[in-house]
Amino acid sequence: MLPDHLLSWMIFFPLLGAGLILFVPKRYPTVMKGIALAATIPPLWWAANLYVQFDRWGTGFQYVEKVPWIRAFNIHYYLGIDGISVPMVLLTALLSFICIIASWNINEHVRGYFALFLLLDTSMKGVFCALDFFMFYVFWELMLLPMYFLIGIWGGPRKEYAAIKFFLFTLVGSVLMLVVMLVFYFGSVEPATGLHSFDLTILADQSVHQAFLRSHTIRWLCYLGLFIGFAIKIPLVPFHTWLPDAHVEAPTAISVILAGILLKMGTYGILRISYPLLPDMAREFALFAATLGLISIIYGALCAMAQTDLKKLIAYSSISHMGFVMLGMSVFSNTTAINGAVLQMFNHGTVTAMLFLLVGVIYDRAHIRDIDSFGGLAKTMPVYAGYTGLAFFAALGLPGLSSFISEALVLVGSFQQYKIITITATTGIILTAAYFLWTMQRVFLGPQNKKWADLPEISLREAFTLTPLALIVVLLGFYPMPVLDLIGATLKHTVAMVVG
Amino acid sequence: MTNLIDPLHMKNMLWLIPCLPLAGAVINGLLGKRLPVRLVHFVGCASVFLAFLISVAGFFTLLGIEEPHQRFLIQPLYQWILTVWHQGSFSLQVAFRLDPLSITLCLVVTGVGFLIHLYSVGYMAGDESQARYFAYLNLFTFSMLLLVLADNLLLMFVGWEGVGLCSYLLIGFWFTDLEKAQAGMKAFIVNRVGDFGFFVGLMLLFWTLFEGSNGTITGLGFQQLRESIPLLNSASPILGVGLATWIGLLFFVGATGKSAQIPLYIWLPDAMAGPTPVSAFIHAATMVTAGVYMIVRLNFLYVIAPAAMAVVAVVGGVTAFYAATIALTQNDIKRVLAYSTISQLGYMFLAVGVAAFSTGIFHLVTHAFFKALLFLGAGSVIHAVHSNDMLEMGGLKKYMPHTYLTFMAAYLAISGIPPFSGFVSKDEILWATFNSHLPVAGLGKALWALGLLTAGLTAFYMTRLVALTFMGGFRGGLEKEKHLHESPSVMTFPLMALAVLSVVGGVIGLPAVTHLPNLLHDFLGPVLSSHGASGHQAHAYWLELLLMLISIGVATTGIYLGWLFYVKRPELPGKVAARFAKMYQVLEQKYYVDEIYQALFVRPLLKLVALSGRFDLNTIDGAVNLSSRVTAKFSFLIGWEDLKIVDGAVNGLAEIFKRWGAALRHLQTGKIQHYLYSVVLGIFGLCVFMFLF
Repeated sequence: MLPDHLLSWMIFFPLLGAGLILFVPKRYPTVMKGIALAATIPPLWWAANLYVQFDRWGTGFQYVEKVPWIRAFNIHYYLGIDGISVPMVLLTALLSFICIIASWNINEHVRGYFALFLLLDTSMKGVFCALDFFMFYVFWELMLLPMYFLIGIWGGPRKEYAAIKFFLFTLVGSVLMLVVMLVFYFGSVEPATGLHSFDLTILADQSVHQAFLRSHTIRWLCYLGLFIGFAIKIPLVPFHTWLPDAHVEAPTAISVILAGILLKMGTYGILRISYPLLPDMAREFALFAATLGLISIIYGALCAMAQTDLKKLIAYSSISHMGFVMLGMSVFSNTTAINGAVLQMFNHGTVTAMLFLLVGVIYDRAHIRDIDSFGGLAKTMPVYAGYTGLAFFAALGLPGLSSFISEALVLVGSFQQYKIITITATTGIILTAAYFLWTMQRVFLGPQNKKWADLPEISLREAFTLTPLALIVVLLGFYPMPVLDLIGATLKHTVAMVVG
Repeated sequence: MTNLIDPLHMKNMLWLIPCLPLAGAVINGLLGKRLPVRLVHFVGCASVFLAFLISVAGFFTLLGIEEPHQRFLIQPLYQWILTVWHQGSFSLQVAFRLDPLSITLCLVVTGVGFLIHLYSVGYMAGDESQARYFAYLNLFTFSMLLLVLADNLLLMFVGWEGVGLCSYLLIGFWFTDLEKAQAGMKAFIVNRVGDFGFFVGLMLLFWTLFEGSNGTITGLGFQQLRESIPLLNSASPILGVGLATWIGLLFFVGATGKSAQIPLYIWLPDAMAGPTPVSAFIHAATMVTAGVYMIVRLNFLYVIAPAAMAVVAVVGGVTAFYAATIALTQNDIKRVLAYSTISQLGYMFLAVGVAAFSTGIFHLVTHAFFKALLFLGAGSVIHAVHSNDMLEMGGLKKYMPHTYLTFMAAYLAISGIPPFSGFVSKDEILWATFNSHLPVAGLGKALWALGLLTAGLTAFYMTRLVALTFMGGFRGGLEKEKHLHESPSVMTFPLMALAVLSVVGGVIGLPAVTHLPNLLHDFLGPVLSSHGASGHQAHAYWLELLLMLISIGVATTGIYLGWLFYVKRPELPGKVAARFAKMYQVLEQKYYVDEIYQALFVRPLLKLVALSGRFDLNTIDGAVNLSSRVTAKFSFLIGWEDLKIVDGAVNGLAEIFKRWGAALRHLQTGKIQHYLYSVVLGIFGLCVFMFLF
């Protein structure tokens, strides 16, 4: 049985859990954790149902809910999903559930942690379902708040620095988005009512843009503003330096959410807002965006190889992998690349979640993450080594695992439009193999380091968080159609719209 | 011939060939630790044996189809990838293709593979992680069969990298030895360089055909590629070089990685760190021949790219010679065999480079027999001596008669003594090279001469190997000598089976002189675009016979010299080495290529890596921190914040942190609930307010 207003339920159910947690007495931390877990299960179930029931052939928005919210500014409570949102919502629901389990060992300020986490969950799902620019912005900002505290309170030794850096970077992006949002609001008039509008589906109709908004300079600036705002989130080089710091300091589950979902908001924002609102500029910026994607791929990989902190290495690898998404999204001559890009958003979400969970496992035991201080761990923790091996090979794009399909589609698709860029990007697969295997060797292979000889093997709880992700990674490697099927029609429409 | 098996049934069973070993890998990989070791062995061997039986059935099914051009079965399994746009689509299926070429490889992979699995039962006895070993070996068999049976290029690439993964895992099987682990890593990364070429070739091929056909080409299926390949000729050249040549060369880059040719061969000698049956299976009989298979699979592309073919032939011929010279001086028995493998693979590329595709496959098959046997024999020796160093061997003939006898069969085969299989296939390559029509005049004859010289070197270094290992007296010390023993029959049985194949394997590709049909060539015919060089030619039997005699003469000379150097007058090698000390050292150090690559590629890359890391930390992040400092200073100037505190701060941000930290400390003393209450209540309040508004 599915409730009416499915999306609203899915978005706000975790918030109900957060509210409930606030009333649990302090001496029952396990109850709080239980409530948090319970608050993520129904949304996961609903998301799974969404996945099944979503009409693959429809190009419009589905499960739409629209009611006036703030009449004075013609703001609507407007939700709906298309093929791009569904995998993101599903990923969010899945990772939230997994991350609550992965957070089970949080023992300070339990109430605050789980309440903030659920608030974060709500705001993320909100971003992926919002169709009103204002509402999108509200959810976007709302995300910032719990994230800031989750890093700043439960983080590592340099948590304050990392948290404020994250905050300031994202704030810059938000301000830019806010300005562009207002430009669009005042620059457009809904023909039916004569009112200004925040409705993304209406703003996408180029005929509602007023003369002011038709000026090339304004459009160019708007696109640039949005692009920088989203590029910070993705993050593209050179807007990326908040990411390694945030990741290193954030607790495990928050790193998972950060890399698994928050980064996708950047590329999602481009697909949801920049492309529909400014398709002409999307074409104009395509080469620039593809180049930044390429730079992120190569530069991210080179920097990853330079790291000695395992978590930082994975943070830089995220930059490199998200570069593939940007590259693929910048191709409009076919849909192969953009399909690869959105698939990569999903695949990177699962793979990088595994990677950060795995780093958490070793950090919880050894309390260090220095790559060179380990060695021979495969002997000590063979199952852990097995999971890590799978995640590493998935991350380096081994055929048969999910990321290969998405990266291959991005490369194959991009080749049609950008030969040199794509060939250079393809060298990225060599670098990626090099740093992951080198890390594998330094941490797991070679003679057993006696210092770590009695580290306990991965626990059942930890294995439980990893296994569903591992299964998805293998399944989508051999059979990616479940996702490609979902996103194909929408992306065909997106590309057609950008090409005009 | 009547059909014993309905082709339709066979078609529906194709998936079992790769998936049986996959099932074995999954069972042993996930449950192996809890299974009794005998069951692990059973699962590992039986899965491959069953795949072999199905392959045999497939072979006879194909033979049963009367019309040779109808001899292919395609089993589409499911839609793999599909993206659609207005002007076209990119659509790939997971589909298996059984045709004369793939069945030949299937038989080798599962047949030789089964023998090697069996041998491993004895070789790995007592190892604590046998389940892992058999899981990897089965996974390799699966990947290799996927590579061979794939009906499109991208699926082939999945198998192509899959075998690379298994190679990585098995080279570093004893991973607590850092050197072995590093060898695995080196293999994977060098292969990735090759895969880069493969993948760029794949993209260029698809889009050239796509644009040439106005979007009607939608996939990379081999049938479709073969039919549309002429479109490449009408595409405008890049930098004055035709598209077919570019694509052929890019794929060949992939082949040089996987099949260890110049310049990417350097991983193979190090790969000998893996267990010896792995070297036999992966690094001699099957995986390393994937490059040859790929080129033969794409023969329709190469025949319209004569320049690419010439490059293939030259690289193959030069590699054959080059690797043979290194093999002359190595003392590690497996390394000699590794360089020998590189050299023999060079012969195969020479064959396909001169369009003698079926001959290349022929040598692939016979080489799989005799080289697997040589490795397994070496493994048997290592098993007894517990060393790879030939200087610690000698006189093993007496202690290991079965190993010795079977080894001799393979030795005679690789040295090119008739009628052993290696002679027949190698000679056919030389004959085809002699007769080839390469775009550069005289190149064919030059490559023939090089191949002939290589044959002589091969006979010489193999004689040296046999002499150092089996002849003379034992040099490993008395203590070891006491423990010398023949290997158990589970190991010697595969040796004998392979010995029989090494002796008689030549019958499938008899030369024209015999006036008997060249079975393999005729069988592969429908897959190949060109029937030329290796076919039965009506003329020049006398020439073929003459060349054959010359090559027998060269082989015999090689053997004689080897015998003279290492049996008759064992003081000679030292003298020669002293006489040509410089050259000897260069050979012994393998032309310093590893060192050169280290200096040319690895070190600059590591420098670039360090530079990027520093640049990111100092410049980009430095700029970020600087801007925050400037902002803080600026705020000081306008007196926006407490002057004293900001003044004292070195890092402008530090103060903000401190303040935040202080604020957070307050939160940590119990006020966080308050904060959260206010956040949540605030949001609720806001929502309620908004709705009412």
